[in-house]
Amino acid sequence: MRQIWETPGGIHPEQNKHQSTGEQIGTIAMPPEIILPMGQHIGAPATPIVEVGQTVLKGECVAKPEGFFSAAIHASTSGTISAIEERTITHPSGMRALCVIIKPDGKDTWAPLNPCDDYTQLSKDEILERIRNAGIVGMGGAGFPTAIKANPKSNRKITTLILNGTECEPYITADDMLMRERADEILLGAQLFCHLLTDVNEILIGIEDNKPEAIAAMQAAANALNDERIHVVSFPTKYPSGGEKQLIQILTGKEIPSGGLPAQLGIVVQNIGTAVACHRAIVHGEPLISRVTTVVGQTLEKQRNINVLMGTPIGFVLQEHGFVSDYKQRIIVGGPMMGFAADNQNVPIIKTTNCILAPSTKELPLPAPAQPCIRCGMCEQACPASLLPQQLYWFSRSEDVEKLEEHNLFDCIECGACSYVCPSNIPLVQYYRASKGTIKLQREEKAKSDHARLRFEQRQERIVKAEAEKEAKREARKQAALEAKKLMAEKAAQPANGETENTTNAVDKTASKVVDPVTQKAKLTRALTSAQSRLERANAQLQTNIDEDNGSRKDALQSKIKQAELKVNDAQNKLDAFNKEHDISSSEPGTPQAKNSSAPSNDKGKDATSPALKKMAMSDAEKQAAAVASIEKRLGVATQKYKEAQEANTPTADALKLGVEKLEQKLSDAKAVLAQQANDVSANTTQPVSKNEADAALGAIERAQAKAKAKAAMTDDEKKQDQIASLKKRIDKAKTRLNKAKDENDDNIAAFENAYNKLQDKLTQIS
Amino acid sequence: MQFLKVTSPHTSKQGQAGNVMLSVIYATIPGIIALTYFFGVGVLINLILASLFGLGFEALILYMRQRDITFYLKDYSALVTAFLLGLALPAYTPWWLIAVGMFFSIVIAKQLYGGLGFNPFNPAMIGYVVLLISFPLEMSSWITPAPLNGGELPSLSAALGKVFLGHELIMEGALLDGYTSATPLELMRQNDGQLVNQLYSDNPLFSQALFAGVGWEWVNIAFLAGGIYLMYKRVFTWHAPISMLAALGILAAVFYDGGSSSSLGSPLFHWLTGATMFGAFFIITDPVSSAVSNRGRIVFGALIGVLIFVIRSFSNYPDGVAFAVLLLNFAAPFIDYYTKPRTYGHKSKSKSKG
Repeated sequence: MRQIWETPGGIHPEQNKHQSTGEQIGTIAMPPEIILPMGQHIGAPATPIVEVGQTVLKGECVAKPEGFFSAAIHASTSGTISAIEERTITHPSGMRALCVIIKPDGKDTWAPLNPCDDYTQLSKDEILERIRNAGIVGMGGAGFPTAIKANPKSNRKITTLILNGTECEPYITADDMLMRERADEILLGAQLFCHLLTDVNEILIGIEDNKPEAIAAMQAAANALNDERIHVVSFPTKYPSGGEKQLIQILTGKEIPSGGLPAQLGIVVQNIGTAVACHRAIVHGEPLISRVTTVVGQTLEKQRNINVLMGTPIGFVLQEHGFVSDYKQRIIVGGPMMGFAADNQNVPIIKTTNCILAPSTKELPLPAPAQPCIRCGMCEQACPASLLPQQLYWFSRSEDVEKLEEHNLFDCIECGACSYVCPSNIPLVQYYRASKGTIKLQREEKAKSDHARLRFEQRQERIVKAEAEKEAKREARKQAALEAKKLMAEKAAQPANGETENTTNAVDKTASKVVDPVTQKAKLTRALTSAQSRLERANAQLQTNIDEDNGSRKDALQSKIKQAELKVNDAQNKLDAFNKEHDISSSEPGTPQAKNSSAPSNDKGKDATSPALKKMAMSDAEKQAAAVASIEKRLGVATQKYKEAQEANTPTADALKLGVEKLEQKLSDAKAVLAQQANDVSANTTQPVSKNEADAALGAIERAQAKAKAKAAMTDDEKKQDQIASLKKRIDKAKTRLNKAKDENDDNIAAFENAYNKLQDKLTQIS
Repeated sequence: MQFLKVTSPHTSKQGQAGNVMLSVIYATIPGIIALTYFFGVGVLINLILASLFGLGFEALILYMRQRDITFYLKDYSALVTAFLLGLALPAYTPWWLIAVGMFFSIVIAKQLYGGLGFNPFNPAMIGYVVLLISFPLEMSSWITPAPLNGGELPSLSAALGKVFLGHELIMEGALLDGYTSATPLELMRQNDGQLVNQLYSDNPLFSQALFAGVGWEWVNIAFLAGGIYLMYKRVFTWHAPISMLAALGILAAVFYDGGSSSSLGSPLFHWLTGATMFGAFFIITDPVSSAVSNRGRIVFGALIGVLIFVIRSFSNYPDGVAFAVLLLNFAAPFIDYYTKPRTYGHKSKSKSKG
């Protein structure tokens, strides 16, 4: 006998299990309509991949999972898709959602399946993919996609697999009957899970002691398998022992940390129905298209368990069991403790529907009117999570959110034990649900506003930073200009050639892009220290979290630390690179351009430096040629894009056209400059150099000045002409646009007209 | 077909708040019998008058608050308050005293705070303390227990005359002068110079008793029986009463002083005298005004036990239960604050934010 642990609280409601265990799991006739909601699980609803009118076979996929956290849906019988529309779904809220409706053809023809006799031959990913494609979700009630649960994060070693056959809710016997009739399949499913989880050394099958037949059947199957890891554990009947948290506590004595997952303790819990479904999905290739459901209640002639197709309307199931509606009839999907009342009889059986309870009013009387809370504390004695339900009730009533969270409202599992024992008949769970909803909403809103505030603050920061950078650039440019002047004077004092002008130009150009290397270094050092401090902070945070044993955040923090470490390395590298760079450039005296140019390139790291240096080493003519080439290339791309846009008739065509024109303009400019430079160079080389040095210097200065003047004049003229040409073009365009707007009687005629007039004015001004 | 839409859980344990209250009333029956046996019909008159006034005031206020009178009267909470105050008052108390007491209990201490469940103080004890402070003489006039009176008790007519007309209670064959006598607690407190043994042998109130005073010991044992019944019925948990009795017993043992002349009485004496058992099982277990968690109730009960010992031993009041309970009612939210149970999945109890 294994040791079992005691859980706090709990209640002993009337079992009511005998009504539905009298006969074997039965079947019912084919319903006239199959309704398959797209959201039968936790996570994103599936996406239909069929069309109305299409014929489908039994087991054919009708909807594929939408993203990672989702599950596929399959046709539960062969027939025609009669509609894909919104229907009321099996959900506590009674909301409407997308459903695929199948009109069965009555033949129930299976689609070709993909069985696998020996799954150990398959890779784990392949098995997981098959489970996912079979649309298997937790069948105990929550509907958590099984493929995700069976594949915990790699840093978690799962050593214990728990199969939940507790079924602590009154009335429900679906798992009980499944264990009695298909114990072998359950255990094979468990072994499949073990294969997936690798490190499992014990399989605990938890069953309440009110199911002796099920316990015997499971024990017999376990003996037959002769697997030493399997332990069938029975424990005293108490509601809610079947809750995942409670079951883990009973079987292992461990508690899942608040907000955490069982995987943190090396435990995975699966419902026994899920085990069977997985086994069938892998070995027989059958997707999840039917399940065992308890049909029970005094308004029914026949109470039993049935293996029913997913999507069968509940009304049809009831009708098949001789349902006679009572006064103030309720139909409960699930058990009397945690189930919810169905809105109408057209909602379907889904993957998580383990019971349909159709009680008579006498059997489950309607709740009596609530009396005042007398703080008797019975709820507190019943609470399995050791909460203070009556305190939560008072705080819920006064909407004291802070107090509610302080009293751990979110650890409430909504089992209903407190409401059950309340002598004043206060619907306590309702209060908690409402409060949870309110708090979640508030949190979401807060997150949203925090995000908005952060964005605003960051924007402000960016603006300030940009402003400062601009200022710094301006300052640097001024400095560079001064230096260049000095340099020019120096060069003028020495024998010089005609390139002086170009050199100063180049200096000016580079200086405008330059940031002072000292500030650059300071910036990099700052980046490094801040990255280091971030790392330290993350480490400290991790430490405190370890102290509090807050496992859920530990992972997140560890990854954060890794990131921070990477950042520190990155920053360190950058700084090193910068230092090296700086040394190299300063070891080349008399080349301020190179020195300056190396600084901005540091921003992009060491690699970026060499092209920049290369660029500097290039002569002006080469540079210009390269510029022309690059502009040509860009023009090619732009033209291409424009053509494409024109063909596709996209609204950006106009903008693209403008871009192409601009590039053309630029290209002609650049070509002109190149030609000019070629002339200059030839002129320089033809100059006689045999004159005495002073004359040469004077001549050079004169020439340079003259040339600069000429160039300035020329470019001015050119510029003007260009401007006029482009303005004319723009005027033409504005005119056509205006005309078009007039034709179409656009609202913006006035704006267009205004723009046109302005352009005209400009033209007259320039010319 | 549209079905009825209600939320889970769909089933509940049969029973109502009224049933809890009725259980409390049933549990007082042994105590009522014992009191009536030793102090006569006056106890029953107290109960009847208190109940009538209690229900009357409750109905009046419900009417003024425009509430459903029968629905709220059916929770029997007013009746419980009436019984508790009726049992706490000395027998043959004048009717107007009971009326004043019930007025303060029901109207001031309960309904003005919002009715059942909202009262921070135990209503019966508020009524009792108001009377004790305002009318100390009437409130400390306990008649001599019957066995010391030759088994004689006041007749019904004499009792009614005393209660309604203020006539002196005249009992034929009274052995002691006057009809009232000191309670065991008063004897113990007023004892100077005598060893406990001497006191016990000298005084018929002790010498004719088994443990701790004629009549009183049986009254306490009867209330203890009622309390055990309520614990068995799970109307309340053991935490508050047992910790109160333990604290009282420990203090009594510490100050027993081997039964010397300065002794304050043995633990057994303190357990079985005055309102100890009545307080432990019927007053401090009032769920509305007590601490909420199990640990909280242990602290709550223990502190009451300490205060009862201090007040009954060192003050001039007949007993300390009422004051002790009211003082700790004050402190209950404070106790709750520091005794929250550890929730599932939490390492230690959640730290309170200031």
